[in-house]
Amino acid sequence: MIEIKDLHKSYKMGSNALHVLKGINFSVEEGELVAIMGSSGSGKSTLLNILGMLDELDEGSYTLDGVPIKNLNETKAAQYRNKFLGFIFQSFNLINYKSAAENVALPLYYQKVGRKERHDKALKYLEQVGLKQWSSHLPSELSGGQKQRVAIARAMAAEPKVLLADEPTGALDSKTSYEVMDLIQKINDAGNTILIVTHEPDIADMCKRIVHLKDGVIVEDKVIDQVRAQQYV
Amino acid sequence: MWLFDRDLWLEIFNTLGKNMFRTFLTMLGVIFAMVILMLLLGSANGMSNGFNKIFAGTASNSLFVWSQSTSEPYKGFERGRRINFRLEDAEILKKQIPEIEVLAPRIELGSHRGVVTVYRNGRTSGSSVYGDYPEIDNITKKSLVLGRFINQNDINENKKICVIGEETFKLLFDKNENAIGENVRINGVFFTVVGIYKPSKNINIDGENAVFIPFSTFQKAYGSGDRMGWMAISVEAGKKVPVIEQKIKKILKAKYDIAPHDERGIGSFDMSEIFNNITGFTTVLKGFSFFIGIFTLLAGVIAISNILLITVKERTKEIGVRRALGATPKVVKRQIVLEAIVLTGFAGLIGFAISVGILGVLDNIFGSGEEFPFQNPMVSIPQFLISFFLMVGLSVLIGLIPANRAIRIKPIDALREE
Repeated sequence: MIEIKDLHKSYKMGSNALHVLKGINFSVEEGELVAIMGSSGSGKSTLLNILGMLDELDEGSYTLDGVPIKNLNETKAAQYRNKFLGFIFQSFNLINYKSAAENVALPLYYQKVGRKERHDKALKYLEQVGLKQWSSHLPSELSGGQKQRVAIARAMAAEPKVLLADEPTGALDSKTSYEVMDLIQKINDAGNTILIVTHEPDIADMCKRIVHLKDGVIVEDKVIDQVRAQQYV
Repeated sequence: MWLFDRDLWLEIFNTLGKNMFRTFLTMLGVIFAMVILMLLLGSANGMSNGFNKIFAGTASNSLFVWSQSTSEPYKGFERGRRINFRLEDAEILKKQIPEIEVLAPRIELGSHRGVVTVYRNGRTSGSSVYGDYPEIDNITKKSLVLGRFINQNDINENKKICVIGEETFKLLFDKNENAIGENVRINGVFFTVVGIYKPSKNINIDGENAVFIPFSTFQKAYGSGDRMGWMAISVEAGKKVPVIEQKIKKILKAKYDIAPHDERGIGSFDMSEIFNNITGFTTVLKGFSFFIGIFTLLAGVIAISNILLITVKERTKEIGVRRALGATPKVVKRQIVLEAIVLTGFAGLIGFAISVGILGVLDNIFGSGEEFPFQNPMVSIPQFLISFFLMVGLSVLIGLIPANRAIRIKPIDALREE
């Protein structure tokens, strides 16, 4: 599903360049649930941004579902993001003046899906995350966990190939974190490919594979026995 | 076509509607600008209408021609010779210059602007007395207070009737007396009053205190023969009065053997000149108002652009999220530009409605005044449409500034956690 070869990325900081990613080789198969771990500055967020086509790579290659991702202009990148990827952010990033259902329907709007169908789909995904009765509420009327579940529904609404989650539990207490992880595990069980960037070991343990980043290189890549979040809920 | 995409408009109205206060503040500048523009234009129109009201009753395309004394010797005649028009001149001019619409000969008792004493029951009035044709009414309309003006029947039957001015009435009659049917004596001849008119305060070529009698009666009563004092002439609409004026003078100069360059033999007054001056004035006034208004509008639209720039900055995160979810730069740009257009258009309409209200009030206060040239101050539909579309056009151009700022936002920058 994801194929990354010899990926390099550096940022210009004044006169000297900061080499953030120093040759990453990494692939993800369909249906995997991968945790990308590392301390701050290890390059995990940069990797996720490149995977999410929010940032461009300097060297190497990136293939997503057989499509080479390179030299994208903004329009193409936006279309690919919409088609291939679903984003889940640490601070949810819901649009605060839109209801839960409207937020979930937004990626479908950019796919030019009709209004009725959009709303039906939004309700379907809200039901999956257990928030159907909250569909007409504004984000400000929801708790943190509920917001993240709306965000997850939004990420799934466009039926992307891969879900990318950047510290999805970073802003939540541990009980709510486990609820969200439980939901993510269930979505993964249904066959969706999910990448999670986290620095919390207990969250990483709930994935099926942990990739450890340090100073821009992968220092460890192991398949683990998944801890089910269900038991903590 | 995206223009008819219901979702797009819902998206825009939702965005604007969910931020009511911000939307309102943004619109305020344009509302004021539109009000100012419309008030300026409306007032200029009101002024123009007011002048038209003042000149109502006087044919704008008209001139007056009278005879004077020559100032140059010509063809054996000495200078200082008094010219006297003949009644036949009227026919000659009408025949030779088809552009002449109405030609009303007039004769005056005594010298020009001379005063004749009018008697009634021991009372007197020093009046100008004119022998007139009914056609004169087409050139300078007499607003009658009572009775009627001279008609063709009076001319045909040489009736001894007269139309007097309010001033004459005051001098000869008591306040509530009925003057119609009463007799007045002018130079030993009795005339029956058939009408009283009110002289125009604004344009008056007859003098304050005037008495009109039929031309034919004048000839008979005072033995003036076929002499004619002066002519009031109106020219077909669209024809240049000065050109006709020159033609008339050329014909008359040839007929009366006046030197071609003698400026004094024939006197004339071009009424259209005054009208053109005033029309010029109101046109300049309108142009000036439009000019000021458009710049005010520009300032208003720039204010919208400014506030949209601020809101784009405020909405960095939102735009970033939209970009991450698949909004292309084009979609983002279109949304911001359309927001600018909708804001401007809506504000423009509100401003228009407010200014129509204010103009209505102004019309109520000043519109009925006789002296102040201000009537029916309203903007015409083309004026409104031009202003409106100009404004919307400006908003598109100026909306592009925040729109371009918005698409420069990279999703990655927008979503970076603090």
